[in-house]
Amino acid sequence: MSNTQQALEPQTITLCGLSDLIPNSGICAEVDGQQIALFYLPSETPQVYAIGNWDPIGKANVLARGIVGDIDGRLVVASPLYKQHFDLLTGECLEDDQVSVAAFSVTLVADQVLLSL
Amino acid sequence: MLKVVVVGNGMVGHHYVEQLVASEVEAQVTVIGGETRPAYDRVHLSEVFSGRSPEDLALTTRDRYIELGVEAHFGDFVASIDRENKTVTTESGKQYAYDKLVLATGSYPFVPPVKGNDLEPCLVYRTIDDLGMIQAQAKDRKVGVVVGGGLLGLECANAVKNLGLETHVVEFAPGLMGVQLDNGGSAMLRRKIEALGVQVHTSKATQVIEENSDGDTRLVMQFADGGSLETDMIVFSAGIRPYDQLARDCGLTVGERGGIEVDYHCKTSDSDIFAIGECALFGGRIFGLVAPGYRMAEAAVSQLGNDSVAFQGADMSTKLKLLGVDVGSIGDAHGKEEGSVAYTFSDERIDVYKRLIVSADGKKLLGAVLVGDCSDYDTLLQYFLNGIDLPADPQTLILPYNAGDAPALGAAALPATATICSCHNVSKGDIVAAMDGGACSLADVKSETAASTGCGGCAALLKNIVDDEMAARGLEVNKAMCEHFNFTRQEMFHLIKVGSIKTFEELLEKHGTGRGCEICKPTAGSILASLWNDYILEEKHVGLQDTNDNFLANMQKNGTYSVVPRIPGGEITPDKLIVLGQVAKKYSLYTKITGGQRVDLFGARVQHLPAIWEELIEAGFETGHAYGKALRTVKSCVGSTWCRYGVQDSVAMALYVENRYKGLRSPHKLKSAVSGCTRECAEAQSKDFGVIATENGWNLFVCGNGGMKPRHADLFATDLDDETLIKYIDRFLMFYVNTADRLQRTSVWMDNLEGGLDYLKQVVIEDSLGIAAELEEQMNNVVGTYQCEWKTTVEDPEKLKRFRQFVNSEAEDRDIIFVEERGQPRPATEEEREQILAKSA
Repeated sequence: MSNTQQALEPQTITLCGLSDLIPNSGICAEVDGQQIALFYLPSETPQVYAIGNWDPIGKANVLARGIVGDIDGRLVVASPLYKQHFDLLTGECLEDDQVSVAAFSVTLVADQVLLSL
Repeated sequence: MLKVVVVGNGMVGHHYVEQLVASEVEAQVTVIGGETRPAYDRVHLSEVFSGRSPEDLALTTRDRYIELGVEAHFGDFVASIDRENKTVTTESGKQYAYDKLVLATGSYPFVPPVKGNDLEPCLVYRTIDDLGMIQAQAKDRKVGVVVGGGLLGLECANAVKNLGLETHVVEFAPGLMGVQLDNGGSAMLRRKIEALGVQVHTSKATQVIEENSDGDTRLVMQFADGGSLETDMIVFSAGIRPYDQLARDCGLTVGERGGIEVDYHCKTSDSDIFAIGECALFGGRIFGLVAPGYRMAEAAVSQLGNDSVAFQGADMSTKLKLLGVDVGSIGDAHGKEEGSVAYTFSDERIDVYKRLIVSADGKKLLGAVLVGDCSDYDTLLQYFLNGIDLPADPQTLILPYNAGDAPALGAAALPATATICSCHNVSKGDIVAAMDGGACSLADVKSETAASTGCGGCAALLKNIVDDEMAARGLEVNKAMCEHFNFTRQEMFHLIKVGSIKTFEELLEKHGTGRGCEICKPTAGSILASLWNDYILEEKHVGLQDTNDNFLANMQKNGTYSVVPRIPGGEITPDKLIVLGQVAKKYSLYTKITGGQRVDLFGARVQHLPAIWEELIEAGFETGHAYGKALRTVKSCVGSTWCRYGVQDSVAMALYVENRYKGLRSPHKLKSAVSGCTRECAEAQSKDFGVIATENGWNLFVCGNGGMKPRHADLFATDLDDETLIKYIDRFLMFYVNTADRLQRTSVWMDNLEGGLDYLKQVVIEDSLGIAAELEEQMNNVVGTYQCEWKTTVEDPEKLKRFRQFVNSEAEDRDIIFVEERGQPRPATEEEREQILAKSA
């Protein structure tokens, strides 16, 4: 399951363990008051994705609780509030190119989810 | 302003008022109605004895007229018309001035001049009040006679039969429905009606009606042929006569055999007076059907405005169900036209009779008679109305055919002027125009044009036209649910069921592409739950559920959830109510009573949900599935236990129904209600399935809903015992779950079933598809494997992990901020939140 092709970056934070993740779904972590939505897609490469949890359209911290899938080949999460799609790799909103959320670099190393700062 | 006075508030008079108000004509409208109630649907009068209330038949209300600015007076007949001074005077002495007068006085029932026809109880069948008298007189009696074997007489016989009386029909002529049917058709109709237990006496001239001094019944009829018939009640329904006395008295021209003569504009011999509907005589004919009456009303309205519509007579072809027997009559049913030839098909094993009348050259259809099977009616009517050339062997149109070689009249063959829906006067051109305007499904076309929303007789033809037009535009109906599955929900349902597919991954691998999305995943999740009833939060299903299903609560705008415990039937003990209050206080929840007789607790943070449930479960609550496309509530009134009017225990039935179907996953939410009497306090007629108590059991209504497009439920079955009621609901719900599209509520689902309500009845009640047992078994399986999702969740520490706000801290979501309003919390507005965050920073 481990995904170690990336070398360890010098500045990383451990967010949680693999067992905290839910396959094909999301959870939320917090770093310095910032909410990060973490998605675990076991059959994709890479297997973990992280974007901001704040839905800029629905204006609430909910993206981790959306349904993940793909639209035109792009991995996305659909906001549970008004169903806009956000790209899991870039944070872009597919419905409105003026809107995006932060995208974070995460890796799965030795069953730990690491966030690169 | 132009003063328009409308005399008469029947269906046609009312249609006139509606059309006039909707037109550009500026007019001050006054309506004078002789009956005490505003216009109602007289065509479906006999349904009052099979579950419909008089209010259900109402076409309008006094309030509605007030809203429209129409002055309306009911229960007062016009006594005279003063044409010189242009006034009318009512029996109570009120006087109204008019610029234009519209007579929509309708007709009265013809009572044959037989000695004794004024004895009690000799009644007529025309108004809701007449029905009340018939019902009163039928109480505790055994036998009822209807005099008249025509269309109205048989309608009336249906009403008498529905009251439980031994029913006789007495007809002067040699056959039933002599106007619409030839001898062969008439004989077949008689066979079928007699098989239903109605006794038919034809060629009977009643000479005298006498009180029955000895014997069980009240009256005895003596016939000219020496025979006699004992009865408790006689209802005359032997035809109608135009109500033209007012016109006669003021010197308007009337026909030799009655009827106020009118021209193409429905003007009488006085150009300021119009006559419309059954009181009017056009071209020497009275048009005793509602559709031509409506056309007259429209012509008369257009005379006051742009004069765009003229009345040019109307086709009197008709298709109807009399005592449950299908009867159709088109054009020249008797083959009166010279040189015409007839084709006849009769099958006495299944009691079907069909006859075609064709022109001498064999090219045009002149008329048709159908008894016992009207499936060819729509096609034949189009041949007749549009003068379409018949196929070389016209008999193929009525002969039984093997599947596949049915002689279909292509929708493309119909001209744009062809009337498809005669109830609402919708032509093929109107349908095409609606589709040009963007309507692209059967349901869209129905709601845009009103086609097929009256009697529904044109449903099959309408579907053909819509399909044909779609094809003609090169529009494949795109049935794909999303980019991952090229299927409808129904197709997906079958794939999962037939392939015994248990996970989304398996489904995607076998039948889809890509990775899925927020459309196909919850749909598959719902189907998997409907079919296999697994706990929806099994790890393999978690990713499929919408957040509401996933957290077993309803997400609100600020990311918090609302929790709705199940309160079956709205019945709750004081102790449980106290627990709800305590839980709400402890977790600072906003509480509100729902429309479904429950309590909604708002503002729960995701990490508090498990603790909230634990306390609720401890007190005996279960999940209410308010988050799911599932059965929500079964609302009830208090019923016979407490209410002075209740006739059945509606609360007990609601509890049973709710507990039986709770947790059933379906294409959309499902709501229900049970009322303990016809006062209908539980509003069951606005539900997907509603139950209303009767003296003899339960009436079942289906496919109603509230919301954006409210729809009254349709009466589905009457006087059911408990067991049959549940059996029908089982089948109905499972058929819906099996066949409906994604997010399609029951009403739209039914509208999209070819054959609509009748088809649904056949499937559920008559088991026409032979699937009833399977549907019941499917339901029993779901009922038997029910689990409370909250309970299953709180008992599993693994599952509870998902309910942490943050995986790496115990902090709360600081962006969720409440303010107090009316003593309760509510989400802060954006401005309030910014202010509060700024202060705390």
